[in-house]
Amino acid sequence: MTMLLECKDLNHKYGKKTALEDISFCVESGKIIGIFGPNGCGKTTLIKKIVGLLQNENGSILIDGEPVGEKTKAMVSYSPDRPAFKGDRKVSDLLDFYELMYDDFDRVSAESAFAELGIKTDDHIGKMSKGTGEKVQIILVMSRKAKLYVLDEPFSGIDPVARETVIKIMLKNMSEDASLILSTHHIQETEQILDEAIFLKDGKLIFHKSVEELREESSHSLNEAYLEVFR
Amino acid sequence: MPWNLDSDRPIFMQIVERMESDIVSGKYAPGEKIPSVRELAVEAAVNPNTMQKACAELERIGLVYSQRTNGRFVTEDRKLIDRTRKELAKSTAKEFLKKMKELGIDRDEAIELL
Repeated sequence: MTMLLECKDLNHKYGKKTALEDISFCVESGKIIGIFGPNGCGKTTLIKKIVGLLQNENGSILIDGEPVGEKTKAMVSYSPDRPAFKGDRKVSDLLDFYELMYDDFDRVSAESAFAELGIKTDDHIGKMSKGTGEKVQIILVMSRKAKLYVLDEPFSGIDPVARETVIKIMLKNMSEDASLILSTHHIQETEQILDEAIFLKDGKLIFHKSVEELREESSHSLNEAYLEVFR
Repeated sequence: MPWNLDSDRPIFMQIVERMESDIVSGKYAPGEKIPSVRELAVEAAVNPNTMQKACAELERIGLVYSQRTNGRFVTEDRKLIDRTRKELAKSTAKEFLKKMKELGIDRDEAIELL
């Protein structure tokens, strides 16, 4: 197993408020990792650092051995925690945009995923329900043959059936040997697809374990472990 | 539909049990090709590495075998399938008796109920 992501001694402050404190962890290639914690615990800050949207003043982040920058952006496919596309655009416009922006974008695979879910390429983004909009976003993000997928709250506002669909899109389209990091509040719905889980509390990493080992050692579900830590 | 699995027991063992019962019940017939690890992981909505481990375990037990590039197939050894069926039946019966005991019903009473 090779290390795909190495985070070392990450710190971040917004003014005087500490958002991340001495965060260190590694992710092997081929793994699915969940990041959990209450609102304001630092999940989005950590993710923004990994994808290169927040300056990294101290500590280091290596993705496939490269420090975060242009080279790593080409290997990372990121879905932000809010809709990335708005306004009067069609699905086909987004397909064109992704094709133009990313060399590793597999348009055929994205089109077949849209067709499978009954989303037409001339549908307008602005007229879609929140759930359909999220499906469109995840399909686009997962149709890149990336090394690392980073999904911040991929199912914040969607119903259980749509959530199940999004989970399947993730599993189906993830390229081999790639890793996926997702942050979510939906522990019960996601824990069966994870290799490992990370808990953040007040900007600190307080838990990083294999979910299957947790089940084996303590007969605990991840949800139970989370409640034990945060209740 | 995602498979109905408990999150507080290793998923790996539950997948193995489920696949054993799918083979014993004939959902996957002897000699039939089973879906790829990726397809099974998507169907079950479980981690692909865990599914991979479970398929490797089924191979170790002998219930499936792999052909280098063609994928995995269900064994044609019907004796092994029968033996697995008996083992599964035995553990189901044990589980049943255990539950009956918890209800305060002894073995003889349970047999009578059946």
